[in-house]
Amino acid sequence: MNRQNLSIALTGSGGSGVMTTGNMLLEAAAQAGWYGFMGRSAGPQIRGGEAAALLRVSSEPIESPDDSFDLVLAIDPGSMGRFVAELPLRTDSFIVSDAAGGRRSSTLPETPAQVVDLPMKKLAKTVKGGRPNMIALGAVAKMIGLPEDSIYAILENILKSKGPEALEASWACVQLGYAAGADLPKFDGPPINTQSAIERWQITGNEAAGLGAVRGGVRFVAAYPITPATEVLEWLAGSLPKLGGVLVQAEDELASINQIIGASFGGTPSLTATSGPGLALMTESIGLAVCSETPVVILDVMRCGPSTGIATKSEQSDLSIALHGLHGDAPHLVLSPTSVTDCVFTTQWAVHLAESMQTAAIVLSDQSLGQTRAIINRPADLSFMAKRLVPEQFEENYLRYAVGESGVSPMAIPGQKGGQYTADGLEHTEAGAPSSLPGDHLAQLDKRERKIEGFDYGQHWADLEGEGDTAIITWGSTTGPVREALSRLKEQGEDIRLIAIRLLAPERPEEMAVAFKGIKRLLVVEQSHSKQFYRYLRAAYDLPAGIKLFNRPGPLPFRPKEIIEQLADWGTES
Amino acid sequence: MTGDTAPKLMQPKEYKSSVKPVWCPGCGDFGVLGSITKALSGLQIQPESAAVISGIGCSSRMPTYLKTYGFHGVHGRALALATGLKVARPDLTVIATGGDGDGFSIGGNHFLHTCRRNPDMTYIVMDNQVYGMTKGQASPTTDPSWEKGKLTPCGTGVNPFQPLVIALASGANFIARCSSSDSNGTARVIMEAIRHPGFSMVQILSPCVTFRPEQREWKNLLVPAPVEATSDPAQAARRLLTDEGMFTGVLYVGDRPAYQPCPENRIDSITELDEEFRI
Repeated sequence: MNRQNLSIALTGSGGSGVMTTGNMLLEAAAQAGWYGFMGRSAGPQIRGGEAAALLRVSSEPIESPDDSFDLVLAIDPGSMGRFVAELPLRTDSFIVSDAAGGRRSSTLPETPAQVVDLPMKKLAKTVKGGRPNMIALGAVAKMIGLPEDSIYAILENILKSKGPEALEASWACVQLGYAAGADLPKFDGPPINTQSAIERWQITGNEAAGLGAVRGGVRFVAAYPITPATEVLEWLAGSLPKLGGVLVQAEDELASINQIIGASFGGTPSLTATSGPGLALMTESIGLAVCSETPVVILDVMRCGPSTGIATKSEQSDLSIALHGLHGDAPHLVLSPTSVTDCVFTTQWAVHLAESMQTAAIVLSDQSLGQTRAIINRPADLSFMAKRLVPEQFEENYLRYAVGESGVSPMAIPGQKGGQYTADGLEHTEAGAPSSLPGDHLAQLDKRERKIEGFDYGQHWADLEGEGDTAIITWGSTTGPVREALSRLKEQGEDIRLIAIRLLAPERPEEMAVAFKGIKRLLVVEQSHSKQFYRYLRAAYDLPAGIKLFNRPGPLPFRPKEIIEQLADWGTES
Repeated sequence: MTGDTAPKLMQPKEYKSSVKPVWCPGCGDFGVLGSITKALSGLQIQPESAAVISGIGCSSRMPTYLKTYGFHGVHGRALALATGLKVARPDLTVIATGGDGDGFSIGGNHFLHTCRRNPDMTYIVMDNQVYGMTKGQASPTTDPSWEKGKLTPCGTGVNPFQPLVIALASGANFIARCSSSDSNGTARVIMEAIRHPGFSMVQILSPCVTFRPEQREWKNLLVPAPVEATSDPAQAARRLLTDEGMFTGVLYVGDRPAYQPCPENRIDSITELDEEFRI
């Protein structure tokens, strides 16, 4: 088996420090010149409950979970049971467990994997202030070939705020774990490469979206905390003031969306971030942004729905509300990043598009992108910046909603003399005065549709890769596993195309017709129980005759092997 | 002094747009429109430097009838939209306008939190104790025994909302009550409210002559408050709770600082943000 990439899980009860340990391990991987990522799986508990850090490291950039895990560190064996479905194991996988480590129980769930014992709790007790998770960190570092001293630098950095005693205790535990790891199975990690000339970053999808937003020009954010979007806001709260911007913690999502509409009306590119329940609350006012032609960006980090659903787990089930949730005929933009790295680009592009077209853009990220911390190549600097069409001088009777060829009319900014107008959610005349006349309604509906339909989106509307007469079409976070499946098949000489849609609305029928050319079989992959993406495709595009659907709800991620199986097992359905 | 001519003063009528109001003849909101234009003229605020923000309802049509910048948004969210604008553009004079239903029912949460947050803006609520645009339903400030509400034929039986008491309890810094029939007096209060730093709450009793014709009597019942504005919240609370809603004037003036977002700690280039991600 090729173990140039390794999948490692750390499980424990809440408070056992698995996330901290996972972050340190990922940092060590980063220092070793590796790529990789760490996903988070946790229950709803604020503290306590079970938690798992799900890592994969590799010598090459990766963005998909593997088919199974090579190694599990069960710091608190009794808590591993909760993650059985999320931790597929093989007969040659190993679980390093602690027979005496359980908080309530030390019983591991039934598993095909080989179990080896490491008395993490007992070893930790030999050190004053020692903790089992640091024993685990030392052991796993040894097992996968990370140098011991690289861990020290990481401890020093991460624990500096906790004082010298905490650092000393942790370091002693890591050393004990490292020594004990010598007797544990060895895994061939990727080769250590500390001299890599390539600039790499460590970033979460939520941070990446925040960075994309400010790169695009966003300087005002109003939002209400919600899992799993909160980290976007935490990052922006620290970063916006450095750029002269502001984040306001609003009283609810209704306030969030209206505050950003107000700020944008004042000329400041603005964004809010939320998850499904918040998006549902905002929909009325997103329609206001559309009708009043006030640019705003709404980032929805999706989680399992409906209602409160599973707040900490990923799903692609807000597609329908994002596309169709606004009342009336309200053309707007819906975009989705296809990877952690792409969260930077897609969010930045969304700001650019919203500002260019003076409309609302909804960006659909999800928990698995947002809360995954990844080691990536530095995202490219992109020139897409907010650029609003603002009049330089005004005619006697300035028409804010003038109907022109492009549908985009120059937007006066408060403070500009002669540009005064009332932005309105009422249907209006070209001047912005309320109107109930059918002619005004039709003219403004046409205008708002035309500016979005007629815009030149270039090549960014989708990622199109590969060749052949079979294709997989997907969107958002499921693009990662699909990409890996296709790359594995390519290594075996089988070429299959990828269509990962970044711009979900407006539809791009002409571009899609070109993308579909020559395709005989099309596999649709999505993480939605009610086939939202499939239904969208059926409604929006002329699809090839041979079509197959591979869908399921969250929270379990798609794994490359499953996608390959779907292709192999095409059967007679088509 | 040289021979330069003084800049031309903006007259109240120059703040009015050419759009004809939808209001019924005799509606109190005409008087409020007049008071707002007088206040803007009194302070010589240039029309392009002011923005009037509203939600939905008869009185929320106000921005369209003014020559300032305006935003006529969705029902209940005027204060949120105005807050975003003021935070992003502190240089503007921001006024939110609306009615009792918009502000205290559907928008009640924003009312509480805008009082708390204390952004430097003025909120003018034209209170007529009825939903006029939907043709005559009880509002949060309606007397519980009013039996002409089309959805509450036996009266609401619900305690009326006391906006100024709630404003005080929520942290509003400037609290006043006016009458739409006193155009000049109301204009003076609005001027004071605009000048006051922080969130200024101005309740204007503005009769709905169509659905509450009995409110024509208000002009005889409203009396100037017999005492000066207080800066003592306890005293203000007692007055507001005992004046039966009919004392006009500035009733409370506090000195809480206006909302100030996080102080800036500017970096030279946005690329400096990349540093925290670089390995």
